[in-house]
Amino acid sequence: MKIAIDVQNSGETPDNAPERGFLVALARDVKLAARSKGEVIQALAFFIVVASLFPLAIGPESALLKRIAPGVVWVAALLSVLLTLPRLFANDYADGTLEQLALSVYPLPVIVLGKIVAHWLMAGLPLALLSPLLGLQFGLESRELVVLFASLMLGTPVLSMIGAIGAALTLGVRGGSILLALLVLPLYIPVLIFGAGAVEQAMVALDFSANLSLLGAILLLGGLVVPFAAAAAVKISLD
Amino acid sequence: MSLYKYASPAAFYPLAGKLIPWFAGLATIFGIIGVYLGPFAAPTDYQQGEVYRILFIHVPAASIGMFIYVVMAIYGVLALTFNTRLSAMMMEALAPTGAIFTGLALWTGSMWGKPTWGTYWVWDARVTSTLILLFLYIGYMALVNAIEDKKRADKAGALLVIVGSVNIPIIHYSVTWWNTLHQGASVTVTAAPKMASVMLTPMLSIGIACWLYAIAISLVRVRAIILEREHGRNAAWVTAEFATTKGVAAS
Amino acid sequence: MNWAEFFSMGGRGFYVWGSYGAFAIAIIVEIILLRARVKHAQAEAMAEMLAEKSKGGAR
Repeated sequence: MKIAIDVQNSGETPDNAPERGFLVALARDVKLAARSKGEVIQALAFFIVVASLFPLAIGPESALLKRIAPGVVWVAALLSVLLTLPRLFANDYADGTLEQLALSVYPLPVIVLGKIVAHWLMAGLPLALLSPLLGLQFGLESRELVVLFASLMLGTPVLSMIGAIGAALTLGVRGGSILLALLVLPLYIPVLIFGAGAVEQAMVALDFSANLSLLGAILLLGGLVVPFAAAAAVKISLD
Repeated sequence: MSLYKYASPAAFYPLAGKLIPWFAGLATIFGIIGVYLGPFAAPTDYQQGEVYRILFIHVPAASIGMFIYVVMAIYGVLALTFNTRLSAMMMEALAPTGAIFTGLALWTGSMWGKPTWGTYWVWDARVTSTLILLFLYIGYMALVNAIEDKKRADKAGALLVIVGSVNIPIIHYSVTWWNTLHQGASVTVTAAPKMASVMLTPMLSIGIACWLYAIAISLVRVRAIILEREHGRNAAWVTAEFATTKGVAAS
Repeated sequence: MNWAEFFSMGGRGFYVWGSYGAFAIAIIVEIILLRARVKHAQAEAMAEMLAEKSKGGAR
């Protein structure tokens, strides 16, 4: 790789620098997702429908709904991300692209990170952007809405990361989607606790910064470790 | 050198066969001693009455359930770094026993909780962590069973358990933290009261019995796994093994 | 102490024996299932071995 960098003319990023691998994978997946916007919208609709089921199941009592709002929104977000996980690798695996990517000049962890970021842009970010609207339906106040948004912004990338490991491990496996849920959901618990916890803290006028810091710490830690673990999982599934 | 030899399934199979009767026999002895001392001989606890006798099996079950996952993670690292098939087979052999002990820890815990706390289930930090641990076991077994290619299943399972074990401290911390946040709503749970030595001895012997049992049953299971996997691929040593043990060679 | 008293466990017999009973059942079930698995694996290995032997004899 060093030699290739030397060969490149100065100024521009060399063709096979790791960061280019990241951008290539990111741009490719975003472009693919943009071509099928339906899936993004479906995941969003699912998020709203699941959250709307709770008032119908529990009743319209506003105090109770407000009390459970952080948990409901977070669980709905979790499930929505979970449903979109298979498309992280499955299509590329089916048509052989994933194998090509694994054999490319770019390091696999960097490519996988690019795909994770693309997944978050398509599956996590829209949820975070829409969450204040849902929060309003459950009667959250503006401060709580901001915390809800912040917690989802910090937490949903972690959902994409952990999910990437699970999605890679279950590639091409019979009954993969239920298996994926079984593998991934227990590992999502800390994110759920800290995410919903931050909003709950804000609701009782306590300091919520600890929760958000913990979410941020998990995000940083995950960003360092997960690309390697997910790349290893991809390699295992390709062998 | 001699130890490395046993990393091969063919060499480990007869060794495990020799060890199993010892572990099983000792487990039975300690089990009988423990069950005599526990439910029969130990005096009634003045605070908890007879219910505390459940702790004699609850505490060993919980600790073994947790420890087996750690052992699996260590085997997982070995399986991925040294590419040893036997390590992955050991993981597969340990998982059901770990899951059973974790399930028993939950069951006995709730049987202890009902008369002690007045409820079968409390979303206490330790109970919740144990429940999540059970999910991790179930996830591992489901993954390994779902993947047809054994080589891939081995590695995928190893990676999953390593990821899970890295997450366990975070999960435990988050659950503990969550529990303190919601403490007002739930029953206040205190740790089990200190036990006198008359009560410690039965717990120790039942604990040792459970350990030995877990080792013995895992060795039996790993032998079954070795047989299942190897007989199709590399039957020579299996043939030799059977020829000597079952006297088929004479026929 | 008589047996009825022992089994009642001070009125907590259900919980105490429910725990020990579940423990015993779990271990017994595990052993039975594993024994079946071992028998199956041995039978399969044996069958394969015999098949190999007869194949060798035919050659």
